[in-house]
Amino acid sequence: MSTIDMTTIHTTVQEITHSYAYQATELVQMLWQVQEKLSYIPTAAIDSFAEILKLPRAYVAGVAGFYSFFHDSPRGQYDIYFSDNIIEHLQGKPQLMDYLLQKLKVEIGKPRADGRVTIDNTACIGMSDQGPAMLVNGYTVTQLTQAKLDKIAELIETQTPLSHWPTEFFQVQDNIQHKHILLGEPLEEGLAIRVMLARGTDATLAEIEKSGLRGCGGAGFKTATKWAFCRNTHADERYVVCNADEGEPGTFKDRVLLQSYADLVFEGMTVCARIIGAHQGFLYLRGEYRYLLQPLEAVLAKRREQGLLGEQILGNPNFSFDIKIHLGAGAYVCGAELALIESLEGKRGVPRNRPPFPVTQGYLNKPTVVNNVETFALAARIAVYGGDGFAALGTKQSKGTKLLSISGDCLRPGIYEFPFGVSVREVLEACGAQDTQAVQISGAAGTCLSAKEFDRKIAFEDVATGGSVMIFNRQRDLLEVVRNFAHFFVHESCGFCTPCRVGTSLLKNLVEKVYTGHGTADDLKDMSHISQILKTASHCGLGQTASNHIADTLKKFPEVYRKRLLVEADFEPAFDLDSALEEARQITGRRDELAYL
Amino acid sequence: MQPEEQTITLDGQKIPFQPGQTIMDAALAAKIYIPHLCYHPEFKPHGSCRLCTVMVNGRYESACTMPAAAGQEILNNTKELNENRRALTQMLFVEGNHICPGCPKTGNCQLQAVAYYVGMLSSHYQHFYPYRDLDPSHPDYVIDFNRCILCELCVRASRDVDKKNIFAISGRGIKAHLIINSPSGKLEDTDFAVGDKAAFVCPVGAILRKRTRYTTPIGERLYDQQSIRIVGDSQQLHAGATKYGRK
Ligand SMILES: Cc1cc2nc3c(=O)[nH]c(=O)nc-3n(C[C@H](O)[C@H](O)[C@H](O)COP(=O)(O)O)c2cc1C
Ligand code: SF4
Ligand code: SF4
Ligand code: FES
Repeated sequence: MSTIDMTTIHTTVQEITHSYAYQATELVQMLWQVQEKLSYIPTAAIDSFAEILKLPRAYVAGVAGFYSFFHDSPRGQYDIYFSDNIIEHLQGKPQLMDYLLQKLKVEIGKPRADGRVTIDNTACIGMSDQGPAMLVNGYTVTQLTQAKLDKIAELIETQTPLSHWPTEFFQVQDNIQHKHILLGEPLEEGLAIRVMLARGTDATLAEIEKSGLRGCGGAGFKTATKWAFCRNTHADERYVVCNADEGEPGTFKDRVLLQSYADLVFEGMTVCARIIGAHQGFLYLRGEYRYLLQPLEAVLAKRREQGLLGEQILGNPNFSFDIKIHLGAGAYVCGAELALIESLEGKRGVPRNRPPFPVTQGYLNKPTVVNNVETFALAARIAVYGGDGFAALGTKQSKGTKLLSISGDCLRPGIYEFPFGVSVREVLEACGAQDTQAVQISGAAGTCLSAKEFDRKIAFEDVATGGSVMIFNRQRDLLEVVRNFAHFFVHESCGFCTPCRVGTSLLKNLVEKVYTGHGTADDLKDMSHISQILKTASHCGLGQTASNHIADTLKKFPEVYRKRLLVEADFEPAFDLDSALEEARQITGRRDELAYL
Repeated sequence: MQPEEQTITLDGQKIPFQPGQTIMDAALAAKIYIPHLCYHPEFKPHGSCRLCTVMVNGRYESACTMPAAAGQEILNNTKELNENRRALTQMLFVEGNHICPGCPKTGNCQLQAVAYYVGMLSSHYQHFYPYRDLDPSHPDYVIDFNRCILCELCVRASRDVDKKNIFAISGRGIKAHLIINSPSGKLEDTDFAVGDKAAFVCPVGAILRKRTRYTTPIGERLYDQQSIRIVGDSQQLHAGATKYGRK
């Protein structure tokens, strides 16, 4: 990659900042633009942003330094990320990645000398039902095989632009296996808004209340209560935010909703906006779903044309609302609403302190409703059909249906919509899972269930879930799963608080120690204690759940660890003197007998 | 009529609080020590070190960010919480490079003092031994990033009091690190100055005044004399700061 001169960079940044009206809240979006033009964010660009936006230079550098898709040195002309979720690991991702690395003669994370290509890992990109998958310059390629990689290597060597690659490479399947009320009949566009306008906002909110709808992002807060809080907070402006960060490993249901049910989602947001009195909404779209950006913009444009968005919606003089899409840049923590709002404001995605909660002080410190994609889609349905039908489904405390993203060892991975209360066993039967050893519910942060627990039910009062279901059969080594999750949390910790920043690394090192056969009983005790500290002392939900997988497997699958322990020792130092001497041997070039222990 | 005094219960003891106070504020006013590192009464609470984690009505919360509310039942000085604090302190020690006997801040360092208080005898966990630079460029100050615990007190002081924004955090997770607001990344290229608030808030030996570091002999320093539980931190350190040549 040729070096780009400072004046060009400055002009580029000038154009970008101008097109974003010099709004510092758009910093993450503007950094994306630089990165797309130059493949990285040069220091000179940071200087220019600081100068033009009148922000401290270190502030801009701090924001750029936070997101894993932003780089401070040039990337290859083709920038490739393999999705590193455990499911894809088990589908052969490590071998495929090695194959491509060798074929293209690249080292992980380093651009090839001719600047043609970089290959790296990234956290789950939401394709585990059709993995292994990767991103090429932000665009998703699924169902990787050696043959496909051969073709890709050729396209790269011949410098074929992405637009000339076979379109089927970029096809993403919905894989909807089981439909119920949400995924059933399509809804006429604008119907939810029309019915709401006819019914009135109070009555619509009452229907949502009656439905018992609870947030589908994981925490399960009552949606109607959230909206009412926001509406009742005195303020001159309010905001609606749709959380499409979907970063939990193994989940992909929001991707399917955005790909094939986007109108329903935007409709739900518009209904919410009318009820709470908001004029601006945001869709926080994870960077990994870059391929959905243009199609979603097209849906928004169509809705504006239909009078369903923008000024005077459906001819109502005092009903205006529009939606902007904010593209994330590779940070799982930004799915946590307190971090998401920081990121929307163009900052580092470090979760804010609470109280105050977003419903009273959210985006720009104004009352803000943050809901999951599925929550908005369901709200649109409820706005049309009323709350009773929804409330008739599910269990006492968990009404209606839930979308499950199922992947791993089963015959039919994909999306399943089931009423709450379905048992894990029924889910396993539906997707054709056999000889199942463990099911990881709700992603890396969730719960690991053993076969003894398969009669438990998917419901907030029993096994709560944001929707990720990963299945592991008896041939699988669960310590591989634990390792993968432990690395995930090291990568995704925002680094703000001590337990999560340091504890996730300590846990990862201990898991590696056990995995490589150097672990002892004392190490397991340490793992339990650190897990408990993460759970009780972390600042946000990420750290509080980052050790669940370890605590769960230590309790339910102790043999996974024990069979690898050094039986004779209680304690084995993590420090290995002989390997520490290796550096000295390399420096001095000594290989004689005395240079070894 | 006087409004009824609002109280919280801390380890069984009723203490009063003013509206707007956090649990930490109320405890300090009542002269009860809750271990802490990133808290400083003059700055917006931060909540990052997590040492002040207490149990409020059965839930874990950071005392420095949690607003006091009438009737809260709070546990602070318990075996479990103190063991966790010891582990958190150990985590901070292994994360950076803290060689106390070689550090000019020894005896005045809050991290060290808290480690004494929580009964930390060794670092226990595997050391990370990160490679971090030293920035001696400024004529009056040296920054030793090896000892930074990311409390962001300097960030807050420089931003909110000095209005200079000299410090910020970049990176993420275990790679999060302090950066300096100049194109060179060096302190000499900023307007950092001796009178800055940010020059006096570092709880550890990361931001150090040059040529004054040994004016008080080791052994006669703040926490050499008394436990941090008794003497506390910031206010005393300010007194100390004057002694080390603030004016
Ligand atoms: C680390 C972390 C990641 C999260 N990721 C998501 C996410 O990707 N999508 C989501 O909707 N909620 C996520 N949440 C939950 C949100 O904070 C928030 O509760 C949710 O968006 C609220 O919407 P709901 O009420 O519709 O569920 C996450 C929470 C944490 C702590
Ligand atoms: S628990 Fe702490 S370090 Fe981890 S993501 Fe949350 S705030 Fe950041
Ligand atoms: S330099 Fe000192 S004050 Fe600043 S963040 Fe690091 S430890 Fe805190
Ligand atoms: S003092 Fe409360 S978290 Fe640091």
